[in-house]
Amino acid sequence: MAIEVRIPTILRPHTGGEKAVEGEGATLDELFADLDVRHPGLRARVVEEKGGTNQLRRFVNVYLDDEDVRFLGGLSTPVADGATVTILPAVAGGAGGVAGG
Amino acid sequence: MVDAIVAHARADHPDEACGVIAGPAGSDTPARLIPMTNAERSPTFYRFDSGEQLRLYRQLDAADQEVIVVYHSHTATEAYPSRTDVKYAAEPGAHYVLVSTRDPQEVEFRSYRITEGVVAEEEVQVVSALP
Repeated sequence: MAIEVRIPTILRPHTGGEKAVEGEGATLDELFADLDVRHPGLRARVVEEKGGTNQLRRFVNVYLDDEDVRFLGGLSTPVADGATVTILPAVAGGAGGVAGG
Repeated sequence: MVDAIVAHARADHPDEACGVIAGPAGSDTPARLIPMTNAERSPTFYRFDSGEQLRLYRQLDAADQEVIVVYHSHTATEAYPSRTDVKYAAEPGAHYVLVSTRDPQEVEFRSYRITEGVVAEEEVQVVSALP
């Protein structure tokens, strides 16, 4: 079972410069845990633990094929062999105020 | 392209405007201006719509292009990267252009590199498009 995971430039130091890596898992959560074995530190840039549960970091976009997984099931989203997961850090910023996080 | 960025910023004022300029991968040459939707629609925050961003990056990848400039506007403060701007700067190779629309008469247009949390201002050179 192989899922292609496309890695943005800023995270490639965790993959030895590779722009795509492969992993396995029934859900995104499992997939990131699997990736972390071979690419330590990658998972922590995408997933954070809050109150005992794993969540996607707020300013990282993860897509399953063409869909932002926030609209699917977040980390619980099931993934299947042959799917492509794309990670893109959000392009964001601003003068500041309450909205930032 | 400078004029187009300023026009975009003025048009979206009082919300922050945002977008990119793409160019051939590795060239550091701005070629194509692509205004983006500010999904936050806020006077103090911007974020690319996530679906638009995916389509953009796929398009760039297919065309062997990359993001050369990320631009956005500040509507009430100076054209200098805020702490939020620095915190979320995730394109280490890009030039971060900031425009301020706080004054209806004056335009502030400045450019920066933001790498590993450090801001370095750079000179803006306006080059006319070749015919």
